[in-house]
Amino acid sequence: MLGNEAIVRGALEAGVDVATTYPGTPSSEIADTFSYIAKSFTKQNKNPKFYFEYSTNEKVALEVAGAASISGLRSLTCMKHVGLNVASDTFMTYMYIGTRGGHIIVTADDPSCHSSQNEQDNRYYALFGGAPMLEPSTPMEAKEMTRIGFEISEELKSPILLRTTTRLNHARGTVELKNLQKPRKKGHFEKNPMWVTTPAIARARHPELLKMLETAEKISEKSEFNQTFNIGKPTDWGIVTSGVSFNYVKEAAEDLKLNVRILKLGMTHPLPRMMFENFIKSCKNIVVVEELEPILENQLKAMAFDISSNVKIYGKSTGHFSRLYEYNPNLVMDAFSKIFKVENPIYIPPTSKIKIPRRPPALCPGCPHRATYYAAKKAQPKGVIYPTDIGCYTLGREKPLEMADLLLCMGSNAGTACGLAVATDEKIISFMGDSTFFHSGIPPIIDAAHHNHDVVITVLDNRTTAMTGHQPHPGNDFDGMGRPAKRIFTEEVVKGCGIELVEIVNPNDIKETTKAFKRALDFKGPAVVVSKSPCILLENRDKKKRGEKIPIYQINQEKCQRCKTCIGRFGCPALYFGKEGSVMIDESQCNGCGNCADICPFGAIYVKEEK
Amino acid sequence: MKEKINIILTGVGGQGVITAANILGKTAVKAKINVFVSEVHGMAQRGGSVNCTVRMGDVSGPLVASGDADAIISTEPVEALRYIHYSNKKTKIITSINPVIPFTVSTGEEKYPDIDKLFKELSFYGKLYKIDAIKIAKEAGAIITKNIVMLGALAGSGVLPFKEDILLDTILENIPAKYKEMNKKAFLGGFKAVKE
Repeated sequence: MLGNEAIVRGALEAGVDVATTYPGTPSSEIADTFSYIAKSFTKQNKNPKFYFEYSTNEKVALEVAGAASISGLRSLTCMKHVGLNVASDTFMTYMYIGTRGGHIIVTADDPSCHSSQNEQDNRYYALFGGAPMLEPSTPMEAKEMTRIGFEISEELKSPILLRTTTRLNHARGTVELKNLQKPRKKGHFEKNPMWVTTPAIARARHPELLKMLETAEKISEKSEFNQTFNIGKPTDWGIVTSGVSFNYVKEAAEDLKLNVRILKLGMTHPLPRMMFENFIKSCKNIVVVEELEPILENQLKAMAFDISSNVKIYGKSTGHFSRLYEYNPNLVMDAFSKIFKVENPIYIPPTSKIKIPRRPPALCPGCPHRATYYAAKKAQPKGVIYPTDIGCYTLGREKPLEMADLLLCMGSNAGTACGLAVATDEKIISFMGDSTFFHSGIPPIIDAAHHNHDVVITVLDNRTTAMTGHQPHPGNDFDGMGRPAKRIFTEEVVKGCGIELVEIVNPNDIKETTKAFKRALDFKGPAVVVSKSPCILLENRDKKKRGEKIPIYQINQEKCQRCKTCIGRFGCPALYFGKEGSVMIDESQCNGCGNCADICPFGAIYVKEEK
Repeated sequence: MKEKINIILTGVGGQGVITAANILGKTAVKAKINVFVSEVHGMAQRGGSVNCTVRMGDVSGPLVASGDADAIISTEPVEALRYIHYSNKKTKIITSINPVIPFTVSTGEEKYPDIDKLFKELSFYGKLYKIDAIKIAKEAGAIITKNIVMLGALAGSGVLPFKEDILLDTILENIPAKYKEMNKKAFLGGFKAVKE
């Protein structure tokens, strides 16, 4: 079972009532599994017994599930690490008022930034907000921690964090199952002034939060997830570790035949102080192995100081481990061989002299975003800054388009566009997807309208959240449970925000789209281009379902003048150089959009057949 | 069986590498062998380089150390070389001979290495098996079965701790009835090819 699937299983074994999310790698499959189950019930006209939604953003997701928990239901909210930044305003005060039904907030961190704009360590949020936190090492533990996490949350009357990392979310391992528990159906909201965080209530709630953490520490002391055990013979060398790092530690210690005492932590906030003190007293040397920030290491040091221990602590401060990127077996073996002064048995083969071409991800053949980018560039080839956003279209940064100049986070394209318009004399064309638009793209559009910023903001409306796996969003007429839903039109929202020039285009009509961008650039003040065309992967899937054929394009080599407009400017990955500089189309990759045929100045590209 | 078996699967997004890794994981569970699989999702999927690991036996997590792979199977030759740091001289390197040209090459920015030199280089790092996966998949009925050809080849190489029948059964359980025959042919084609 995938780590993400195991979390869903754990929630179902605990009888979860409400699950909410905004999709984001590496958390997406948690919500997608809930959605898959809910949809399969909906198809059979049955009730899945839990409520699930892809919320507009992470803050909304946390509020929807939070209110359900306050009403006594069991809830789960999942998001990627940066999603908790979006939800942090809610999170910080939610910790003050607590909850009634169990609430697990899954934060999926991404050390090494496999699919993220940063590698922030969200364990700081546990310390920051005062949230009890669980950290699984394997899919099996992820399931059990989710199941038992609901009980801990209810005992403490507090939401808790389940912190995972990519290597847990996207790892498969064996998981032993328990029976499913029935959800409770309806909650009950009990009115109480305590739920309204006026300053006076907040001042009264803060000490309650600290009291809750004292109780949580007692749970941590007794928790089955925190254990000490020996590898090899009894010794005065200790290792403190948690999460996926534990897996590397265990194998490295066994492979190197070390004698060590392990403190394996699963409940990492609050830490079990007694357990730590006993561990410190039993060791002369302790190695701390944790990815990213020295959170366990610093707390361990503080506790060693409190009991006047002179235990030697190895970790990040001694330079044996890094604060950067995810760990792996090599890195842990290498550090251990230095600390324990044993030979490192790892064989590293010599580097090949052959230069390997890079294979970065790219916009798919037939992607409508490529056509939008091409048209925008044609409207004004030079002197334009392109703020971009989080989604497939970030891939527009690659050659030959190179149309991504500034990116911070979800929704940042339009806000930074306004700032660039204030600060420079350049033209500004920004890009965001439709899911991003609903998530956090609307407030900066209002800012642009209200302050009359001279910007062109583009909404790439492909009717899905494509990058994370085609999840629905408010622009769809169905929801994550497969039920009909009210469709919100991006262009209507934009008009409602006070934008006077709204251009609605089909990017596959490159000529008209270019003209629309020209009008938008000429307009003094903010203009929004809504570029509407569905994701080609969904479009072709639907076509196949309907029994429609997909055209395959080819190049007439006699007409082709090798001007390279198609390959060198448009840059579809289905195009490649054949013999003697000829340009060819890889039929297995062509998705039949026909945009290359439209832009070819010599009319050399034609439909060869339909597949 | 060996205490630990480490397999690296590589290729290009969309070639069924993740599916193949997933099937190996399911087969191990069926054979009652402890297993971990790591996958890549999200940004890496859009036609990019893909790398999965499958570890079986007395293992605690899914990641493989350098030089510790028992087998590297690749649906694309350059991708086998990209992950060659997992090999030692005993590693079985099983690669499809069919290149997929990255767009960095198609736009003329970079070069695809000479294929014969590439194979020579791979054979320096371990025991090389070259499989014409596209030809075998086409003969079986569809190019899309290429990943199943490679699983057949992996089974034929003798690295796996279970019999090839259990693997084939798991493959067939996970696909619709009308494609079963095609996938069986693909698997057996790969199984035979690696022994030649």
